[in-house]
Amino acid sequence: MLRFIVKRFSSAVLVMFTISVLVFLIFFATPGVNPASRIAGRSASPAVLRHVAKEFGLNRPLPIRYGLMMFHLFIKQDLTSYVNIGDKIIPQITAAAPITLSLIFGAVVIWLFVGISGGVIAAKNKGKFIDPLVMFFGIAAISIPVYWLGQMVLLVTQGGLHSSIFAWIPNGGYVSLTQNPWQWALHLLFPWLTLASLYAGIYARVLRGELINNMNEDYIRTARAKGLSERRILYRHALRCSLISIVSLFGLDVGVLVGGAALLTEVVFGLQGVGWLTYQGLQNLDLPLIMGCVMYGAFFVVLASAVVDVLYAYIDPRIRVVA
Amino acid sequence: MSREDPPTNAVLSVRDLSVSFATRQGVVRAVDGLSFDVGAKEVLGIVGESGSGKSVAMYSMLGLVRDANVSISGSVRFEGREILGLSDTEMQSMRGGEVGMIFQDPMTALTPVYTVGWQIVEQLRAHSDMTKKAAYERATELLAEVGIPDPKSRVNHYPHEFSGGMRQRVVIAMALSCNPKLLIADEPTTALDVTTQAQILDLMGRLQATHGSSIVIITHDMGVIAEIAHRVVVMYAGRPAEIGPELDVVRSARHPYTWGLLGAVPRADIKTRRLVTIPGNAVSPLEVPTGCAFAPRCQYRMEICAQRPPLRGADDHLDACWLSDEQRLVIRSSATVRGES
Repeated sequence: MLRFIVKRFSSAVLVMFTISVLVFLIFFATPGVNPASRIAGRSASPAVLRHVAKEFGLNRPLPIRYGLMMFHLFIKQDLTSYVNIGDKIIPQITAAAPITLSLIFGAVVIWLFVGISGGVIAAKNKGKFIDPLVMFFGIAAISIPVYWLGQMVLLVTQGGLHSSIFAWIPNGGYVSLTQNPWQWALHLLFPWLTLASLYAGIYARVLRGELINNMNEDYIRTARAKGLSERRILYRHALRCSLISIVSLFGLDVGVLVGGAALLTEVVFGLQGVGWLTYQGLQNLDLPLIMGCVMYGAFFVVLASAVVDVLYAYIDPRIRVVA
Repeated sequence: MSREDPPTNAVLSVRDLSVSFATRQGVVRAVDGLSFDVGAKEVLGIVGESGSGKSVAMYSMLGLVRDANVSISGSVRFEGREILGLSDTEMQSMRGGEVGMIFQDPMTALTPVYTVGWQIVEQLRAHSDMTKKAAYERATELLAEVGIPDPKSRVNHYPHEFSGGMRQRVVIAMALSCNPKLLIADEPTTALDVTTQAQILDLMGRLQATHGSSIVIITHDMGVIAEIAHRVVVMYAGRPAEIGPELDVVRSARHPYTWGLLGAVPRADIKTRRLVTIPGNAVSPLEVPTGCAFAPRCQYRMEICAQRPPLRGADDHLDACWLSDEQRLVIRSSATVRGES
């Protein structure tokens, strides 16, 4: 198992390196484009362009340019924006990351809880009216776009009802966990619910299908022949085996969400997380910022998939042998 | 104890068991009027083609047929106690405790995510208040008993780390873990290669002698029956076609369907013989004829076969066929002349 973990994480480092090279090439070695004017942004003066060219070694060979970029990005961490002059990229990202992580952490807890219990309840009551009911709520949650749902939630909680039923809801914004955990949770409650609804719907539906499939497997018949209770068969055998596909889904979802895919929720609720930051960078064509955000996102996707692979090997012994 | 000893007292006693399913196309009678006894330490073989209702019969009496549209009637007594209609909890303590089961495909019969030891321990602890440690020790002993080499380390291995034959041994160890009075083996050798089949049958025979369990073995293979069974029930379309001691049924089969089954066993000692097949397909359970179910495929069909034949015969060798003893004698002797035993 330990060997598997070491192996998996060293390959993750390799993947990170490859991604950084690819991203670098796309941004700085696209033929026919002057990288200096891209970095400097729209209508930059010749002096600025010369400065950029020097700082990033744009007249030197590609590998050196790559090295300089990574040096500014990771070691000296002084990559600066030329759009919002003087803004350092790395501090911006490290300030935004906790907000994104907070948003996703809470949403994950909610969607796993709701999704798994929904799937179990539906599978348990297959053929009764409660199963299609749960599945209907699942498909509804999946179909509602998050920006619309977010707006509706805002309309209800921050609109006319804000002075009565929803008076306990803060006026929006973000309070950090270290500052005040209760306010942190209160501020994030509705963003959490909004973000979690889509995933809870997906997970409930996937888990229901998996559970029903697994309940028809031969080993469930063996478990019944062993004289186990239906409860134990469902939870310790069928659910345990169904979790394998949930974990692989979970790895992908958490990876891209932490990497910035919670963008819509962040923008709707005015949470200045990484998704929001990327959105700003794209709007302003702020190349260093985009570069930083992309690297950050890639890092979390790769990290999450490595963590999930290890988790995967832990819950499915068949994987370990392959490694 | 020699194989031909008659049963002393019945462990399992089935009377007029019928299992039917309500489907859109109508009522399907999967099992229709099945009766038999399994004596103490007796090995009963139930033989028939796929779809003859042999597995459904055994599963239904143990509450393993979980179909809302099923209806089961008749009487099944296990050690004198009626078990049809027992509550789920009563059934649970019986399954795995007093009745062990072995299934056809060992590749899928074990939960893939737990070690084999864990799975045996789970069963032991479901039926006794053994400590975890004691249960693991017992599991290791059981693995050794079923002939798994190096059981001390193998107990911590996962099912996918075993071959098919070894997995079937694990399943057998699990089925025997609580010293069941009755072992139900549903085609335990069908998914295995021929050498492994022989080993598994041999193992079952040995364990049966040491544990003293009665065995019901479900199979479509007359070779398996000849190998291990004391008595045989031949089933066709959910109905018993012939019941009798193994030697009688194999050597002097009375029902044309049994003749067909026996003819379909390949034999190494007769070289230039084509395998005999029974013409036609097994009847669909939706269209079982009102008379003898086998009549449409039977080459000795008579007019009277439009009526359902009763199960009758001398002593303990019964069959459901309208042929008279004289007719059978003629048919059997002409078959012997043609070189077909």
